[in-house]
Amino acid sequence: MLKVEINGQQFEAEPGSTIIEVADNAGIYIPRFCYHEKLSVAANCRMCLVEVERAPKPLPACATPVTDGMVVQTLSDIAKQAQADTMEFLLINHPLDCPICDQGGECPLQDQAMGFGGSSSVFEEVKRSVDNVDIGPLITTEMTRCIHCTRCVRFGEEVAGVMELGAIGRGEDMKISTFLGTSMDSEVSGNVIDLCPVGALTSKPYRFTARTWELNGHKGISPHDCLGSNLEIQEIGGVVKRVLPRDNEAVNECWLSDRDRYSYESVNSSDRLTMPLVRRGENYQEIEWAEALDLVSSKLMQIKETWSGKEIGAIASPTASLEEFFLLQKILRALGSSNVDHRLRQQDFRDDLAAPVCPGTDVSISKLQELDGVLIVGSNIRKELPLISLRLRRVAQQGGEIAVLNPMSFDHNFATTQEMIVKPSMMAIAFASIARKIAMATGKEDLLPIDLVELATRHEFGINVDAIANSLIRNGTDALILLGQIGMNHPDASTLRQITSWLGVNCGIRIAILPDANGVAGWVAGCVPHRLPGGHSNSSPGLNCKKMIDQRLKAYVLYGVEVSNDYSDPVALDTALNEAEFVVSFSTFRSAVPEQADVVLPLAAFTEIDAGYINCEGVAQFANAAVNPMGQSRPGWKILRVLGNFLKLAGFDHVSSKDIIAELEEVYDLSAPISVRYKPDLQAINHVVTQSAEVKNGKQLDRIIDVPVYSVDPTVRRATALQSTKDADTVALLACAEELEELGFKHGGQIAVRSETGEVMLPVQPDERVPRGAVYVPAGLSETSVLGSLSVVMVQAME
Amino acid sequence: MSVIKKFVNTWGLTELARGLGVTGRYFFKKKFTIQYPEEKTPKSPRFRGLHALRRYPNGEERCIGCKLCEAVCPALAITIDSEEREDGTRRTTRYDIDLFKCIYCGFCEEACPVDSIVLTDIDEYHFESGETGVVTKIDLLNLGDRYEAQIASARQQDSAYR
Repeated sequence: MLKVEINGQQFEAEPGSTIIEVADNAGIYIPRFCYHEKLSVAANCRMCLVEVERAPKPLPACATPVTDGMVVQTLSDIAKQAQADTMEFLLINHPLDCPICDQGGECPLQDQAMGFGGSSSVFEEVKRSVDNVDIGPLITTEMTRCIHCTRCVRFGEEVAGVMELGAIGRGEDMKISTFLGTSMDSEVSGNVIDLCPVGALTSKPYRFTARTWELNGHKGISPHDCLGSNLEIQEIGGVVKRVLPRDNEAVNECWLSDRDRYSYESVNSSDRLTMPLVRRGENYQEIEWAEALDLVSSKLMQIKETWSGKEIGAIASPTASLEEFFLLQKILRALGSSNVDHRLRQQDFRDDLAAPVCPGTDVSISKLQELDGVLIVGSNIRKELPLISLRLRRVAQQGGEIAVLNPMSFDHNFATTQEMIVKPSMMAIAFASIARKIAMATGKEDLLPIDLVELATRHEFGINVDAIANSLIRNGTDALILLGQIGMNHPDASTLRQITSWLGVNCGIRIAILPDANGVAGWVAGCVPHRLPGGHSNSSPGLNCKKMIDQRLKAYVLYGVEVSNDYSDPVALDTALNEAEFVVSFSTFRSAVPEQADVVLPLAAFTEIDAGYINCEGVAQFANAAVNPMGQSRPGWKILRVLGNFLKLAGFDHVSSKDIIAELEEVYDLSAPISVRYKPDLQAINHVVTQSAEVKNGKQLDRIIDVPVYSVDPTVRRATALQSTKDADTVALLACAEELEELGFKHGGQIAVRSETGEVMLPVQPDERVPRGAVYVPAGLSETSVLGSLSVVMVQAME
Repeated sequence: MSVIKKFVNTWGLTELARGLGVTGRYFFKKKFTIQYPEEKTPKSPRFRGLHALRRYPNGEERCIGCKLCEAVCPALAITIDSEEREDGTRRTTRYDIDLFKCIYCGFCEEACPVDSIVLTDIDEYHFESGETGVVTKIDLLNLGDRYEAQIASARQQDSAYR
């Protein structure tokens, strides 16, 4: 440890740390613009100049490493004069129209000009002005305000892994711009707004609608992925104006994905449901809550009495909160039915009984970047979990090896050492081959289940498999296998999960089996047919959501589910609802209500509820309601709680959401670490060969099923700015050029994609990332919903 | 002695005479009653009366929606909503002043960076029902248009002291 004196006080410092780090730790503030603790040191703003004894000139605190016995003055006349002079220079070209700038009120330049600047300037010449560039629907630029700190450039280069912004020109002609006038399309681009110390980069949807000082902040948790990013939801007068990250090193650090940042827009949309609705013939009529709940309860009781409680099924969106999951399953189970599920896109449920209490990760999120090796199986991780992808990028930057096994070569923002791209039907075989190589290399081959060996030997993949296996088991390697959404929703998902768990148990590899959105809470709260709350086994298991729909129940409770987008097989769900006697839809948005719904209950949005979320690490996080529910919509837990009363069920006396959590905690300790390993289940290791029933015109190809990043849930799908980004423009079939040639596809034409349930004509983009024998047809879109969930489709080129 | 003096004062009605003397003096003095509303007292150019929103000579509204007046208002009388206008400038979509809340302190005028919100010298106005106590953006702009000459001259007169 070195001894450093700052402003007359003695501090100890690590060798290699800089003056600004030591000062920050000691609580001594040194003004800065370009320095950011998560970015590299650029030392180009010169604002952090401090006086160092025996140095001939003031030195930048961010770039000067401390030495033993260093004496630093941050408040001496020399330091203050240096800072004031720097500020005068910065303000030479900065417009002084703070009243119309969106950064005004939270602007480091404004604050530091007050704190460290002079009161006048000798500059009398003309200010520089720079043209704005349009960088997409999320970020507004006002480039005249830029002070060239290059934080945004360094963010793209170092953190996001996409060089979208760069500095062009030198000296006074220096400009921050996208290189070819393109837009910023990164899934984490919104972070440059927070990084920008002036108003050069600001949020486009928020632009000019509020001032920072009038906003009230509330703690929120993002419901869109299983990371549970901490949000600062800011509102005025009951209208959410913007969402910012809330620093949490264990989860999202200081970053936020664009999906979490901009999804709030849909909450204020005119598509919100504000009154309960009941169907009268063809039309819907607004009714009072008491009437609506009375109708729902009497109908459900009638179905229970006429047939049985087992004729009622509930499917919940995975974005629901812990409390909602808990009360929903409680109502269903009190009615004598365990038909409750939240795994809407999962297709393979064979391993349910072998499952742990909940899926999740073995390694804490904050330790992800310390891994040495990672194998990603079935995940477009960059779009699925943007902030986890940023952590994995650090693994690659620090020399770790990242291998990928995917049905398509997705764009990653980190360097992969091995990439194994196989068509979807080969995923399980390829993964089994990797597992076998790892087992052989670790001497665990004898323990390998025979079915797995059989699976592994069906195909020879060559040298790639060895390289991947090696990267995971090299001496001293701390490795992780990460199973993402494409894997979890694969027809062979059970096999993939079994292999992952087997490697975790036998080969000392950490595993991450990642659920959709708030799925961990769904499992913990017992919103799965085979488990009670807390993961306790259920003696009379109900039907999983696939069976619920295939078996055509009499009544369905749709909890936040949009039929054509959220469920893996929209056609089957649609048919089941047509034949059902009673359908009640809990929905936040009017357009998300299926036409078969008999009663519609308006749900409050995620910004309007006190809600618990459990992230993939098993950490329960609680959000506070930021605003009141719109119109007559109500928080889900309140609706379910009162519905319980209407049904005259015991145990629905919760006064606040905390009471529900307390009830859950009687059977499950929310603070306990989770175990994510599946028990061995030989039944589950079985490769499913799916084939299209009839082969008529065209060619039978594997379908790569993936939900585009901005189509994951009803809230995101209605966020207008997100929907105008390039990532949302996804209705196209992707296939490699050779495949297209074989299909007889001519440029400019369309391709008909057929399944047993329907046909859709899609525009085509040749894409070399797709392997032979497969086509990428996005799921989660209304346009492709008629195709159902089959993983094999008939493809035919049309004129 | 005092008994006699008191007797004379009481029965001689001297106090009445003195009182009538005062009345008589003022009766013949120059009158200073203002015949309101035909006559009015002069006002200081700093008089703080009804609010108005000003425009630039080219007709463009001055207000840029910075909300500094809303922030400084001690009575929370000002409510502003803003958005980006089609030409990309920051503009208000709503600018309401609740005249029942307003204490006429003039802080809004002090805070305004573009001399948009001002207090005119109008002190004669009334409301016929409770809800009309809120003046809207259009009302305020109309007031500004109508009294621009007075507003400008009052600011001109006061400029030397600011």
